[in-house]
Amino acid sequence: MTAYLLRRLLGTLPVLLLITLLVFALLHAAPGDPASLLLSDATNEADVLEARQRWGLDRPVHVQYLKFISAAFTGDLGRSFRFAQPVTELIAARLPATIELAALAVLLALGVAIPLGVWAGARPNSWVDNLGTSVGLFGISMPNFWMGIMLILLFAGTFHLLPSAGRSTYGVAGSQESGFYLLGSLAAGNWPAVKDALMYMVMPALTLGANMVGILMRITRSSVLEVSHEEYVVTARAKGLAQRSVVWRHVLSNALIPIVTVAGLELGTLLSGSIIVETVFAWPGVGSLLITGVTSRDYPLVTGLVLMYAATFVVINLAIDALYAIIDPRIRY
Amino acid sequence: MNVKAFLGGLIVLTLIAVGLLGPLLAPYDPNDQQLRAALQPPGWFDGAHFLGTDNLGRDVFSRIIYGARVSLLVAVSVVIVSGLIGISLGAISGYFGGKVDFAIQKLVEVVWAFPALLLAITILAFLGQGLFNLILALVAQRWIQYCRVVRGQTLSLRGRDFVVATRALGASAARIIGRHLLPNLIQASLVIGTFAMASAIVSEASLSFLGLGVPPEIPTWGTMLADGRAYISTAWWLALFPGASIFVTVLGINLLGDALRDILDPKLKRAGMHL
Repeated sequence: MTAYLLRRLLGTLPVLLLITLLVFALLHAAPGDPASLLLSDATNEADVLEARQRWGLDRPVHVQYLKFISAAFTGDLGRSFRFAQPVTELIAARLPATIELAALAVLLALGVAIPLGVWAGARPNSWVDNLGTSVGLFGISMPNFWMGIMLILLFAGTFHLLPSAGRSTYGVAGSQESGFYLLGSLAAGNWPAVKDALMYMVMPALTLGANMVGILMRITRSSVLEVSHEEYVVTARAKGLAQRSVVWRHVLSNALIPIVTVAGLELGTLLSGSIIVETVFAWPGVGSLLITGVTSRDYPLVTGLVLMYAATFVVINLAIDALYAIIDPRIRY
Repeated sequence: MNVKAFLGGLIVLTLIAVGLLGPLLAPYDPNDQQLRAALQPPGWFDGAHFLGTDNLGRDVFSRIIYGARVSLLVAVSVVIVSGLIGISLGAISGYFGGKVDFAIQKLVEVVWAFPALLLAITILAFLGQGLFNLILALVAQRWIQYCRVVRGQTLSLRGRDFVVATRALGASAARIIGRHLLPNLIQASLVIGTFAMASAIVSEASLSFLGLGVPPEIPTWGTMLADGRAYISTAWWLALFPGASIFVTVLGINLLGDALRDILDPKLKRAGMHL
């Protein structure tokens, strides 16, 4: 399997190269000049020329691209026009916030969707099935930015139970140096900071995970339902195994492949969903950084972030392939 | 009577009717600013403004009706264009195989590496706002689903007797794909198209919400929500109604998609399953 994964990993390199080419082509198809956009109105022609030279924008496009690619291979994604800082540093500073949020959203989604989907699939047409199907349908139909705003209206605006935006209360957050507020505070046993971090995270995480709950619940239900008709399940029942054991040991373990596939794909959707959720909740992660980059036409920042997102997605797909072999021992690479 | 099909159909038909008859149904011009009447709460059936007014005194109900037109126009265009591209490329890829298939599948792999919304944001960020760019950005990733499914189906169909016989009779590849394969590929594409329409509406609203959709002078549900967010504590109706419109519309389309899949896929229907 190691050989297969290495081959797949190497196979992703041309894909990543093509992605950078696509992003670069898009950047240069863009109307307007970043130098004149970023400098104030008072600057004269000479200043704009100087800025273009400093940022390398006066070079031919293919030279700019080759320079970018060769630097990217050494981990250098260039300097942000707007923040005047290396892009990798900016991403590294914001990434923990997005990782913590996405991880909690995925945990919440898995924790709700899989038990509900299994329960609904094991008892088709029961009240649990109806409840699960409704939750699934609501989950896939709910626009996450609207859900976020409604949660803010309800829990922050009306009941004053949760903070409406941000990541921590000033002075309370622990582990600010690592960027992982929740994990760092947990590791340090700083409970007030853990509580504070969770209070800020719960609404964005619920909002981010809602769509995944819908999709995962539906796929789990249908997958469980499909497997329930297999002969080995009938045999397991016939030999007198308890329903719980049949469902969790025999049905779920065999229904996992489509669930894992969809969960992996949804992880990519969730990552891009975080761009919107972070904007709604002013969450200081890479998603809101991307929007800042987009609105200020910060070429290096946007290119770096898009590349990071795409690479993450490629790696997730690879990890899912590896997971198949663990879930289903019949799969050999 | 299939409840899902009925409810979903009713919602979608209402959306189409509202979209087509918008100017006749809307009580006000959606861009008419009456600053003296700004931020009025919903007057329901008694007041001058059924769903209230926004910060510039524009009628929320009229803007929602006009917003439906944009959603409908964008969603239908996206589904048709991405369907045409995806089905054609999928059929070509599956039918010809070899280098053509390899090239098309590489392209699929590259575009697939972008989550749909991220690709749309990237495209709009650099090409700028506008209806055409918005549709382009939403099509950019949505054709893939059609392409993958249609390719798989074509692969299994191309060895069938009816295709071999047609080829033996001297039919051209274009004729075989267009006349003989396409009718067999439509059903699955119809189901994909329905769900693609729902996701196109959400994506359009998301992009408008981020300020990357159509220009601000065109009322859309997404921009209304984004504008309403600033007044969330004082004027709840500004965020509630546009969002509810998106939710109900998408729910309706998804219900219709579920029903369509149950009807078109008898295997799943027999087993009582649906995704």
